[in-house]
Amino acid sequence: MLDDLDRRIVAATQAGLPLVSRPYHAVAEKVGATPVDVMARLRRMLDAGIVRRIGAVPNHYALGVTANGMSVWDVADEKVADLGPRIGALDFVSHCYRRPRHPPQWPYNLFAMVHGRTRDEVLEKVATIATLLGPDDRAHEVLFSTRILKKTGLRIAA
Amino acid sequence: MSESFDAIDRRIVNELQGGFPICERPYAEAAAGLGLDEDDLIARIGRLVADGRLSRFAPMFNAERLGGAVCLCGMAVPPDRFDAVAGQVNAHAEVAHNYAREHALNMWFVLASEDPARIETVAAQIEAETGLEVCRMPKLDEYYIGLRVEA
Repeated sequence: MLDDLDRRIVAATQAGLPLVSRPYHAVAEKVGATPVDVMARLRRMLDAGIVRRIGAVPNHYALGVTANGMSVWDVADEKVADLGPRIGALDFVSHCYRRPRHPPQWPYNLFAMVHGRTRDEVLEKVATIATLLGPDDRAHEVLFSTRILKKTGLRIAA
Repeated sequence: MSESFDAIDRRIVNELQGGFPICERPYAEAAAGLGLDEDDLIARIGRLVADGRLSRFAPMFNAERLGGAVCLCGMAVPPDRFDAVAGQVNAHAEVAHNYAREHALNMWFVLASEDPARIETVAAQIEAETGLEVCRMPKLDEYYIGLRVEA
């Protein structure tokens, strides 16, 4: 778990690493620690998976990868554990999760996120998933995103 | 948005999504790998963030490993209230991202908090503030999360 200094480091960096030559020194000054300590703690959090990665977080829309399709599938509950990993293994699927249904409005229990430059490209990829599922695909839809309304990521308090 | 986006910017977006060094002068080290100098890389990252091509340049934290929780939520928002409801939803710090999608459920956001109990509290607050149902769709199982390098 995180101690108080870890939390201050997270809070000081989550919105952006300082764009200066020695960013971890700048963070250290802000949180009242030594640069060596800040770097050691970030390394530890990276090794522990608390930090997934450090770097550029692209905005797909601003970069022209505008067709972001959330494909959602109704497959039998007893088959989802077999089918999910097969869909997740496809190289064009970025996320694949089982989630609860909300019938009758929402019969879907398997989500696979597909990105592409055009809707047609996304739809072709979704057709590939449908082919893979065959008769196990009881129903599916693709929800295209039209706008990012917010994208800040997790925010934690210091 | 600035129209200038060259091959070097593209490499920054594609190659610096992870692996940014933890050392005294990480921009200098990352710049060397791209054939740039430190000042140029810092300036370009600043511009890519300012023009929106990068959402941020930062460590990405894993909410669950921080002891927290995340939950995808869908809402059916009447079109004439869409922007107002987006404002009400986005005002909550726990809303990590929010997308408009073409469907009867037309607003999809992720609640993330270090305190798992906050997820239900905030979902209920959003329902009270908007008068609309929040369909909670927590992850029940995870089959793959890829690091996408597109653009």
